[in-house]
Order: sequence, then C-alpha cells, then structure tokens
Amino acid sequence: MRQIEISVNGESHSAEVEPRQLLVYFLREQLGLTGTVVGCDTSSCGSCTVLVDGESVKSCTVLAVQADGRAVTTIEGLGSNGELHAVQQAFHEQHGLQCGFCTPGMVMATVGLLAESPSPSDDEIRHALEGNLCRCTGYVNIVEAVKAAAAA
Amino acid sequence: MATTEARTTYIGAPVERKEDARLLRGETRWVDNMTLPGMVWMAVVRSPYAHAKITRVDVSKALAADGVVAAFSGAELADEWAGSLPCAWPVTGDCHIPQHHPLTADKARYAGDGVAVVVGESRALAKDAAELVEVDYEPLPAVTDVGEAIGDSAPVVHDDYGDNRAYTWPLKNGDVDRLFSEAAVTVKEHYRQQRLIPNAIVPRSVLVQPVLATGEYTMWSATQVPHIARVTLSGTTGIPETKLRVIAPDVGGGFGSKLNVYAEEALCLVLARRLGVPVKWTEERSENYVATIHGRDVLQEIELAATAEGKITAVRVRLVAAMGAYMQLVSPGIPLLGAWLYAGCYDVEGYDFECVGVFTNTTPTDAYRGAGRPEATYAIERAVDSLAHKLEMDPVELRRKNFITEFPATIASGLEIDSGDFHASLDRALELVDYDGFRRDQAERRGRGDSKQVGIGFSTYVEMCGLAPSRILGAIRYGAGGWDAATVRCLPTGTVQVLVGTSPHGQGHVTTFSQIAADRLGVPIENVEVLHGDTTVIPLGMDTYGSRSLAVGGVALYHATEKVIAKAQKIVAHQLEVAEDDLDYAGGRFTVKGTDKSMTVTDAALSAWTAHNLPDGLEPGLEDTAVYDPPNFSWPGGCHIAVVEIDTETGAVELVRYVAVDDVGNVINPMIVDGQVHGGIAQGVAQALLEEAIYDDHGNLTTGSMVSYLVPSAAELPRFEVERTESPSPTNPMGVKGVGETGTIASTAAVMNAVVDALSPYGVTDVEMPAKPERVWRAIQEGGAS
Repeated sequence: MRQIEISVNGESHSAEVEPRQLLVYFLREQLGLTGTVVGCDTSSCGSCTVLVDGESVKSCTVLAVQADGRAVTTIEGLGSNGELHAVQQAFHEQHGLQCGFCTPGMVMATVGLLAESPSPSDDEIRHALEGNLCRCTGYVNIVEAVKAAAAA
Repeated sequence: MATTEARTTYIGAPVERKEDARLLRGETRWVDNMTLPGMVWMAVVRSPYAHAKITRVDVSKALAADGVVAAFSGAELADEWAGSLPCAWPVTGDCHIPQHHPLTADKARYAGDGVAVVVGESRALAKDAAELVEVDYEPLPAVTDVGEAIGDSAPVVHDDYGDNRAYTWPLKNGDVDRLFSEAAVTVKEHYRQQRLIPNAIVPRSVLVQPVLATGEYTMWSATQVPHIARVTLSGTTGIPETKLRVIAPDVGGGFGSKLNVYAEEALCLVLARRLGVPVKWTEERSENYVATIHGRDVLQEIELAATAEGKITAVRVRLVAAMGAYMQLVSPGIPLLGAWLYAGCYDVEGYDFECVGVFTNTTPTDAYRGAGRPEATYAIERAVDSLAHKLEMDPVELRRKNFITEFPATIASGLEIDSGDFHASLDRALELVDYDGFRRDQAERRGRGDSKQVGIGFSTYVEMCGLAPSRILGAIRYGAGGWDAATVRCLPTGTVQVLVGTSPHGQGHVTTFSQIAADRLGVPIENVEVLHGDTTVIPLGMDTYGSRSLAVGGVALYHATEKVIAKAQKIVAHQLEVAEDDLDYAGGRFTVKGTDKSMTVTDAALSAWTAHNLPDGLEPGLEDTAVYDPPNFSWPGGCHIAVVEIDTETGAVELVRYVAVDDVGNVINPMIVDGQVHGGIAQGVAQALLEEAIYDDHGNLTTGSMVSYLVPSAAELPRFEVERTESPSPTNPMGVKGVGETGTIASTAAVMNAVVDALSPYGVTDVEMPAKPERVWRAIQEGGAS
C-alpha cells in the first residue's frame, strides 16, 4: 500500500492505496464519488474524464499514486452553491445528454477544452471531443452545448 | 363528458428535461454505483474457444485464493436451474430453441460462453481468482460465418439438431411467380448486413440482495426490461415471481442490448440464494463485446419485378439470418420485425418472403436498434436504386411513381399502414438539400474528373413499431402481450404520481410523461412525479423497446388521465350540485356551463381523500390505472437524404450533409424527438461507414474492444439537419407514433445509396458495408461491385 496526499474538489485527502489502484476506482470506491464512471477498459470512451490540475484526463489511464500531490476536480466539484456550472447548464438547455452516462466525462472534457480554447469552431469541438464517446445523441446537441457554453 | 378544447401548455413544447440536473451533477444511481453491506463480487470464467468440449473444470485453486468466497463450474450449478434462460419467440412450431443454461457444462459454443464463476470479496479479487480456474477444452471446428453455417459440411453448433438450421419462416401474398414472369424489368440484389455490436456506453451491471427471512430477492439490473426479467427469471431460477423484485434504477443506453434476460442476472440470483449475501457483477467492456448480444448478421437476396415504366409489381426476399450460438430473449423473431417491410413505402401487389434462422459459433444476435427494420429498409431502398439505374430513371422519380398515397393502406405483406404522406417528406427533404443544385455540382465534378466525387442517397421509408397489438403478437408466436399500463394517482396535496410500465434509459420519459399528465390534469409540471422501473412499485408493465413507450405507454397514460378526470367530474358535479353534463372541462378545471362556478381536478383530489362529501357509492381516492393494448402497430415514415464526398484516390468517404424529414405523427416534445432522431442516424451511419464485428477462422472476435471496433466519435459525423411532417396516427387519441428507431432504420440505406451514386461513373453498382476506404478504393479500381 502507498500513502498519497490528494486534493479532490478542494478537499484534501490522505489515503492508502494499492499501487495498482486506478484513479477512477480511487474516486468511486474509496471516496464514494460515483459521478465519474467507467465505460470501457481501453481508455477509449472518456466517460471517466476528470480534471487533474485543471487539465482533462481519463482517470482510468492514471494510477491513484500518479495523482499524489495533485488537485483533482470531478463532476461533483464543478457547480457551486447548488447552481450548475455554465457547461452543465448548456448541456441541459441544448439537450446535450440523453442517458447521461457519458455526460460527466463529456462535461469535464468540455471544461478542459474551453480552458484552452474559449471559442472553438464546430470542427475544433468535434475533434477535441474525439476521445469521448456518446452512443445516444449523435453529438449534434453536444456540439451545440459546447458552443452555448463558450458563448455564456 | 363535455370536453372543450383543452388548454395545452406543455404538449408540443420543447420542455427542458426534468431528468437532467442530477445526471449533470453526477448524482446518479447506476447499478455499478451501488454497494450493500456484506456484498461480494462475481466474475465469470469464459471460454476462449468458439467451439470446444469441456472435459474438466477445476475451481480448487481459485477457491484457495485470498478473498475468494465461492467458485462453481457449470456442472456444480446445474441443480440450481428450474429452466433455461428464456427465449420468448419460437417463431415456428418446429423452431429449435436449445437448452441454454447460464453456465455451459458440456460444450462451449462461442468464444465468451460462460463455464465457471468465482465469487470474491472485491471486484479485483474475484477477477484475479477467475484466472486460477482450470478448464480443459477439446477444441472442435467452429463456424462463425452464417453463409457457411447453412452448408451441409459445416460444423454443427448443437449436435442434437443434426445441422444448424433453426427455423424457416415464410410469408407470401399474391401470385408472385406470375408477376415476375410478366415483368418487363427485374433486379436481383444480394446484400450483407454485417454483424454489429451495440456498444451502449454503460456496461451491464447486476446486484442481487437476498432477504433470508422471507425468501425474497431484490435484483437491481441495468436492464430495459425489469418486468419481463421478473417473469422469465422466475422460470429460470425457480424463485417464485411473488418473491422477486426487479428494479431498473438509472439505466443507460440500451439500443436493444439491454432488452434481454442474461446469464449474469440468473447467476447473481442463484449465487445470492446459495451464499445468502448480496452478489454483484459489472461487465467489463471486453466482456460486453462477447457476452452482450450482437445485432444484424443477415445475408439478403431481394428481387423486384417492375413494368417498363417503373411500376414495381412484386418483391421476393430470401434471408439467411445468424442466431449465434443460442437463442436469447427474442433472437428468432428479429428478422420477422422486418419481414412485412421489404416492399417499403411502395404500392406493390405480390410479396414473397422467407427467412432461415441459423446457428453459428458466435455471440447470440438479438434486438439492436431498429431490429429487422433497418435490414428491410436497406434492402428495398438499395434495390429501388438498382432498379432506377437499370431503367435509367432518376431515383426520386421512381420512388414517387410507387409511393403508397392513400391511407389506411393495406400493404403487400398484409398489414395496414394507418397514416403517412411520403410525397410531403420527400418534397421537404429535396428542398432542404437543394437537389438540382447538388446534381449540377455532381455533373461538374464528373465532367472535370475531380478526384473528389460526390453522391446523393435517398431512403424513403416506412416502419412498424410500438410493439404491438397483443393478438398479432400471439399469432406470430411471440410469448407476451404488447400492451402497457399507467397509473395516475392524484394526491391530496395537489401533486400527481404517474406510474408507468415502460422503463426508460435515456429517452426522457419522465419529462414527456410529465408533459402529458400536467396538461391533461392542469397541474404544474413540477408537481408531477413519474415513477418507473420497479416491479413492486409498478407491477404492470411491458417495458421499453421497439419505439413503444410513447405509442403504447404514453397512450395508456392518456387513458388513465381520462379515467381520473371522469371520476373527478362525478365529485365536482356532486359538490357543485349540477349534472355531470353541465360541466365543461379544460386544462384541469371543471366549469359549470354559462357560469363562473368551477372546481379543479386538484380540488377533487383533496375531496376524494377526505371523503367527507362524495356521491353515494363512490370510492374515496382519486387514482386509476389504464392498460392499453394498441389496435395496430405504429407507422412512422419519411425521407432521409445523405450526401457523401469520396476521395477517389484513397477511398475515404466523408458524410458531408445529412437531411432527415420524418413523420412521427404528433409530437409531445420536439427537442426530445430531435435527439432520438440524431442518435438513431448516428448508429445507422456507423453501420454504413464504420462498424463491423469480425471473427477470425477460429471464431475469435478480432474486433473485441473500442480500439478495434469503430464506434463513431463527434469527429466522424456531421451535423444532422432534422425536420418533420406530421400525419397524426388515427389509432390513438394523441395521434402519436414511435420515434426511437426511425433514424437507424432510414439512414444506413441513404448513406450507401449515396456512396454507390458517387461511384457510378466508375461502373460500381454495390459496395459491401461498412464502406471503409479499402473497400471503396478496390471498388473503384475493379469498376464493379466489391
């Protein structure tokens, strides 16, 4: 077991983890933050996307020990005072989600994208979200949501 | 009851979804999020061979591993089963339905067939220990190709049957042989509907909690069909239906893949019974690829007979459809869901259809979005383009010449289309796509020998969904009814509970059904609570598949509100001391004609609860249930147009425009309907251009992950341009039709017709799906069908 110090959604945690523990299972099973989900085992689907030091990463590709000393933001840490974050609000208004399973990852990837590129073109959005799969929406309204969030 | 024009506030409006907020916050109830005290994890040991005798299974090393609670071979669990896993659709009297236990004991029949289970204290410990189970296999020759499996010398999947034929199912109307012999023109085409893997992003997951004191079991499952699972798993496990509660909490994308009753559900139930503790299993993606049903995998032959002027007179179809290694819930019936649609939206006289179902050493096939109808639409729409080519006629003109125009219309296959307007949707789609402008651009590119060629493809379609009239389902040997149920419970505080027998997994039922209830009962939408997916809370239900939830469940809800309003009217008439006929009803309020005296349904709900002043003989409470059995299928239709650009030097196909004009009757929530169409189109386009499950000669699935199986991302798809025409269904009071599958049903043919149109100057008449660059490039080089 390894000791890690990790900040998650602004809260510091000191935890013992197995060296093979993936960050996503640390978040889900040790911290009970089940908003971040697992959709594949090949780092393809992006459902587990979180922010590590502000940058979007697939948390199934990162070991918990690699996040030692880092600040992680999950979907639970995105809104404030009960209000949805602008990206969450845009996904709601544009019907950018159906079953909602890929949504936390899609939202976190969008937050990461807009931090790097505040007003992306349609094409840029489609390529930036290439690593996040959605089987419900055909992406039409996800692209609309990202644009609406960028304009908000 | 006197009913004036109802004030509609919500129906027809793009009401933002009530489901969203907690999904967006990650406050979700996926089964995999759930943990119970004392819970253990199940891992399944699966055969790596597609076909092999099992000569020894030894779980002792797994049992000795740290954190392992139990381990069993298939033989060791044999006594647990009261019956097979269910197949509810033996399509003929002699249809072969092989015994299918959750673990196989004698022979593995596909790569992924379960042979043992290990139960451990954690997900990881169970998985580690599963690696320690020793299984001796004697590999046998395997057959994965459906065309080969039907041959005389093919390896036999189920020894008892002697060969791999499961059934032959015919449907014939009219003197087809005469019509073909008299035809001025005929075409005969062969298409391959490749095997697809549904790839819902949410893996399946099951958690069973036993209550030892009462012998009751609660199963949470990521399923589309909690009610059907309860009935059938009772038969598989011997747990009485009265002791089994199935809950579908938050369930993600199904697309048919969760319209099934799976081995792992049965295994978790019997392990919980045997071990007396909660048992959980969550599918890994690599497991999903082999252990969750696949779709399509059908060889099609279609012939059209036509006059010299292009009037189609008869259709003849022969299918060879892969069932996979076993019959899952509705495997045999999937081709039948398309069997009536091979003449499409065209007025045809003669109809001759036959399907042979065939076992192969592969993952079982079953319902994947559209289920039988994308295949039918593909065959007729591609064949119509071939006929147009042969007649040197514009494909639009040929379609117009053959459209069914009068409704209700009895189609060649014998069913009745209730309403539609195929010209209207085609007209609008042509306008949106600028057909003349497109053809000019195409001619210019062809003229200058541009390396980038463009093509346009049409798919004018009609489909049958909203499964379905129970009597018809009975006549085609389906094992259950097609009704659904809804309960409306008006509570004394003015809030309304709506209990529905459908079970959503992304379709937005909570919002759509709230819109219906809120408008009908005149309450704010926030005051409506929709409950679903729990067999104890909602005992009556037939669940969600086949685009049935609004067309059947939503209509049941409408009828339940009618019943509640009728009872409220008795209460109001009594309290206002007028005759029931003296009341007008609109938007939740009863008004005495010619006065301003009124009472609301909400007022009546409180009165019904206090029961202080009710008419003699009227029971307290304001609640009622309606069970609706539809008199006909639901018949959406429309026109989809795809425009592709093909790089003739590389074979790469880019979908540059996609226009869809659908007719799904009256629309409750246009935003949700658009979303359903978008998602459906994406899946149909993916079949045309990207997705294909491939087995190697030994029966290994070589496309067994999201790395090798191409689920489209946003980067592979364009924006879809979606509009509607509206031909209300006359068979239900809301005029609604199903919409969940239209996009998938229509789009594959549109895209492939566009690909072939782009390549027609090269002499190409067909390209096998998916139209990946290599195939397209070869087709160009060979100047003919690839």
